Amino acid sequence: MRLADKTVERTLGLLALSSILVLLSITFFIFKEGAPFVFRVGFANFFSTEWHPTAGRYGISYMIVGTAAVTAGALAFGVPLGVACAVVLGEMAGQRTRELLKPAIEILAGIPSVVFGFIGISVVLPWIRLYLGGPGASGLAGALILGVMILPTIIAISLDALRAVPRSYRDASLAMGATEWQTIWRVVLPAARSGILAAVILGVGRAVGETMAVVMVTGNAVQLPLSPLEPLRTLTANLALEMAYASGDHRAALFATGIVLFVVIVGLNTVAALVRSRLARPASRARRARSRAITTTETEQIQPAVTP
Amino acid sequence: MNVRLSALAALLVSLGGSACSARARHTITLSGSTSLQPLAEKWAEAYQALHPGLAFAVQGGGSTAGVQAALSGAAQIGLSSRALTATELHGVRAIPVARDGIALVVHPSNPLGDLSLGAVRGIYSGEIPNWERLGGPSKPITVITREEGSGTRAAFEGLVMGKQAIRASALVQDSTGAVRQMVSSDPAAIGYISIGLVDASVKALRLSGVAATEANIDRGAYPLVRPFLFAVHGQPNAQTLGFIAWVSGPEGRQLARREGMLPAGVEGPDASR
Repeated sequence: MRLADKTVERTLGLLALSSILVLLSITFFIFKEGAPFVFRVGFANFFSTEWHPTAGRYGISYMIVGTAAVTAGALAFGVPLGVACAVVLGEMAGQRTRELLKPAIEILAGIPSVVFGFIGISVVLPWIRLYLGGPGASGLAGALILGVMILPTIIAISLDALRAVPRSYRDASLAMGATEWQTIWRVVLPAARSGILAAVILGVGRAVGETMAVVMVTGNAVQLPLSPLEPLRTLTANLALEMAYASGDHRAALFATGIVLFVVIVGLNTVAALVRSRLARPASRARRARSRAITTTETEQIQPAVTP
Repeated sequence: MNVRLSALAALLVSLGGSACSARARHTITLSGSTSLQPLAEKWAEAYQALHPGLAFAVQGGGSTAGVQAALSGAAQIGLSSRALTATELHGVRAIPVARDGIALVVHPSNPLGDLSLGAVRGIYSGEIPNWERLGGPSKPITVITREEGSGTRAAFEGLVMGKQAIRASALVQDSTGAVRQMVSSDPAAIGYISIGLVDASVKALRLSGVAATEANIDRGAYPLVRPFLFAVHGQPNAQTLGFIAWVSGPEGRQLARREGMLPAGVEGPDASR
């Protein structure tokens, strides 16, 4: 029995290590495939605005702009909605509302992105085309779809942050005669701001990394999007679109695009982790630990991983 | 616990074993055009079912690489989705195995039925931004193209665009199905797809009066056609010859049609077309 225990322990340990190994080998692989290419064609070519890989032009600037634009748009929709939803869930809602809302958000997190893309194509694109003009496939469509897709991330982590605010803050505020809304707006939200900031950053990571839905609704034209109604291409879309037929330098250029994405995502996740680690003030640390112990499991169910 | 682990191990070993034991004797390698690759895989699969002793390796890499592979002997058959150059024809023989007509498709509600090649070029280069100029309604044209690297795009550029570039604001979709879906949902859209994949959700345009039909392609009247070729070097071995004969025969042709492509022209070893 002791031997069996040891075996199981060793095996599980090895399996746990293998996840790190997988991460390392993925990192190594994209850099090995993409980095030599970037140095060979030069940064001037790689960060130019012209993307014609079959003619030796590998500029990805407009795609960086495209990713930034769609992400900013997604935040404009997703952050106010997500934080408001977290406030309702954490501060206002009664037991029954909460029981209705939480599973709904969990389901939202579980919907595959291709389904979001399909809804985008069949509902959002015709709507934009009809009422706002343009081809429909546009940065706006991408921002709308992504805004909904980042909601579960933002809600879950904002909720976590709100719950970490000690009960005593609220009690004190209410005891001084503040209304419930004043308490939320002046006391609870400011106290939770670094956690909410972390939620936003992880939302950014999710938006930057999302691929399928974006490919389906943004039109993928490599151009500077001068209006929200114009099509644009994101970095992830570039990889997904062209990987099938790419070979040689074209393929290496796509790996190099992957490196840019990888660096952005790792950077965002690191910043989010740093921000979260100083979530609340030292005075409330014990409280926080206790409230987190209760809420972590719920959060993890909702919160999807941020992947590049 | 031990029992479970060892059962798992046994299962893994047996899986690995069965994968290794599936080893075949003679391998025919096909390599080249990614547009022809899916059909080549179907052919290989069907032919292998008839000849279990054979194994096939079907690889991508592009037409040029495919011809090179045939020349160097790395592949028995090079796959090309374009006519071979004169230099290439010095080294390898081209055997037409299928053809693909490219149809220009618009929304079924579009009043236009006919365009000249020059007008198509104007639309895709951006010189003609509105349907009004072509006698249609006053609506900006939604131009839809395929992604860089796609064989259909390369053929379209070669046959229609010449030296002109497709405008940067054109929407890019990564499959025939996606182009068709987008055209069928946007009354102002135009796109290009394989003739075999045109269905009722879109309308195929006539080009200077010539409809995109198989009969017109056979007559040589429809201009947007690209050949799919097998490139072979020297005298292929008996197995390879057998496979090529089967592909050119009724079963191979039928399979090509089922995959949305046109079989090669009925008669005449017109190699370079």
